[in-house]
Amino acid sequence: MWKPYLSLMFKPGTIRGGVHPEPRKEATAKEAIETAFPLPPMLYLALQQHVGKPAEPVVRVGDRVLKGQLIAAGQGHVSAPLHAPTSGIVYDIMDYPSAHPSALPTPTILLEPDGLDEWRDGIHEIDPYSLSAEAIGTLVGMAGVVGMGGAAFPSRVKLNLGRQRRIETLIINGGECEPYLTCDDRLMRERSEAIVDGIRIMMRGLECRRSIIGIEDNKSDAIAAIERAVAPWADRIAVAVLPSLYPMGWDRQMIRYLTGLEIPAGGRATDIGVLMHNVGTAYAVQQAIRYQKPLIGRVITIGGGAVERPRNVEAPLGTPLSALLEFCGYRPDRKARLVMGGPMMGEALPHANVPLVKGTSGILALSADEVAATEAKSCIRCSRCVTACPVGLLPLEMMSRIRAGQLEAALKFGLKDCINCGSCAYVCPSEIPLVHYFKYANGELMAQQQAKHKSEQTRKLAEERQARMDRIRQEAAAQAAARKAQALAQAEARKAAKAAQTARSAESQSVEEAT
Amino acid sequence: MYLIYALFSLTLMGMAFGYLLGLAARYFKVEDNPLAEKIEALMPGSQCGQCGYPGCRPAAEALVTGQAPPTLCPPGGRALAEQLANLLSLELDLSGVADHVPMVAQVDETLCIGCCRCYKVCPTDALVGASKMIHAVVADACIACGKCVDVCPTECLKLHPVRPNLKTWRWPKPRSLPVGA
Repeated sequence: MWKPYLSLMFKPGTIRGGVHPEPRKEATAKEAIETAFPLPPMLYLALQQHVGKPAEPVVRVGDRVLKGQLIAAGQGHVSAPLHAPTSGIVYDIMDYPSAHPSALPTPTILLEPDGLDEWRDGIHEIDPYSLSAEAIGTLVGMAGVVGMGGAAFPSRVKLNLGRQRRIETLIINGGECEPYLTCDDRLMRERSEAIVDGIRIMMRGLECRRSIIGIEDNKSDAIAAIERAVAPWADRIAVAVLPSLYPMGWDRQMIRYLTGLEIPAGGRATDIGVLMHNVGTAYAVQQAIRYQKPLIGRVITIGGGAVERPRNVEAPLGTPLSALLEFCGYRPDRKARLVMGGPMMGEALPHANVPLVKGTSGILALSADEVAATEAKSCIRCSRCVTACPVGLLPLEMMSRIRAGQLEAALKFGLKDCINCGSCAYVCPSEIPLVHYFKYANGELMAQQQAKHKSEQTRKLAEERQARMDRIRQEAAAQAAARKAQALAQAEARKAAKAAQTARSAESQSVEEAT
Repeated sequence: MYLIYALFSLTLMGMAFGYLLGLAARYFKVEDNPLAEKIEALMPGSQCGQCGYPGCRPAAEALVTGQAPPTLCPPGGRALAEQLANLLSLELDLSGVADHVPMVAQVDETLCIGCCRCYKVCPTDALVGASKMIHAVVADACIACGKCVDVCPTECLKLHPVRPNLKTWRWPKPRSLPVGA
């Protein structure tokens, strides 16, 4: 609850836009996290499960790996390593369909579990508060922790960035404003102590003194559990109850609501001295630092009308989503659409034979009555999308520009600031797929940029080739000239020798004559 | 002695003609169209000849005189076509470009005999190889100009459509709304 001193310290800002979708969380919120998920016969560990450069495998086909062993190392500054979720044999390293709306294949390590679930050495509890701030950042990076809310941004980068800039407040996102999803809710209820421990470790890593955990008011049990866990550190960590409104879990919305501060467009939260992490990330950080356990699994919500026993499951990374769905009583005959993530921002999957990745918070098999299947109608310019937009954009104007192919004009309306939250498409009475337009436009702009980059590259290559050709030609000419000069010199020498000989013979003749 | 006369007179003539030529270059200089230069700077500059002109410069000149449409350059693609249309204030008809699928050259390794002909003609050095070794295409550098396909004696080099990957996959445009939308 709001502490009196907190309400003095912060001037809560206003909420802009937002919608009230039906929560539909009851089915999964009442069930405890299922930890007895049987190991699937094969784990598919994609090398790119995070924002940044893909990881590079450090194991070979046929190697035996132990649970928690490094199997792929992070590359470069923004990247994350990957660890074996269980002990087993590396079966293959190949392209396998990815957890992406296109399900296009991506480099993946296939791990065949041996069923022993044998941990690697060096898994023991340490005191995280004896570590320096740098060490915490480094260990979080080595454990492969990324943002668990869905963004999958490497947490090490965020922690280091936070240390470079002074961070006043660490905000922990327990909003979980997406309908259906309850994995953060259950985590907060069942593992509140670990989450608060993780928050304290992160505060140490960031050298920041204050933290606020924001939780929506529809999760009263989670609020109670976290408040209990926070009690010993109530002077530094506060629990803030947020109104249930989508998209409350969007970082800018929550930061604005909690601190009254607005992140500048194109800027980051660190610019105003705030850093935000998800509750799942706090839990993963605690596991990584206190128990030295890398990120090898996560809690995921399996829900939707085509699932008979919807619930939250803690599963190893790389588990095929189809195995998780079947575990929860999947009814393919009732399925109308598969969605990865929540129904508002999640992306439709063509099939469920894709693996669980670090950023997957849910898999929903929605039945026909949960999916709007009506045709898009004409825009009536009712401006409901404008009211709903949490960013303060004009979705209808951007859409009409994009439809006419004027992407530059859409950019001027703030296309780059759109967060694809789906509020506009949700309220649209004409059921225009607005977010689809924005994703299309952003993709098209990206393609244009790539084409431009490629033509610049081509230009450079062509110029370099031209320069090389010129150089070769010049060298050949110089060589020819040198050969000619040499030949000339030889001819001269021959001529001189001949002349000398003639002179000598003439001389000897004259000598002979003289004698 | 005659040799000296000849040398002297030829040198004098050479200098005189050279001076005349220099003067001519200065006073009878043909003004280049600055627009053509601008366009040439936009073009890929690989002189690949896919447009049907012998190089980027002649293509730029053809564009300026209106003999060629702004969509003439396949390696430039849509982005270049749009830039050119903007620069020349032309109406852009992208119907021809939309059909253009990005292509990339590929070596069929069972047929390549290592003849070294292909990489000599490649304008972007996208082909690598050595004599009697199987050649390979650096896909990132290939602009699909097809010059290597023309010289390959065993038809092992062919252009294939580029397979989309996670980096190049894009959301398709939503189906258009009904008229009056």
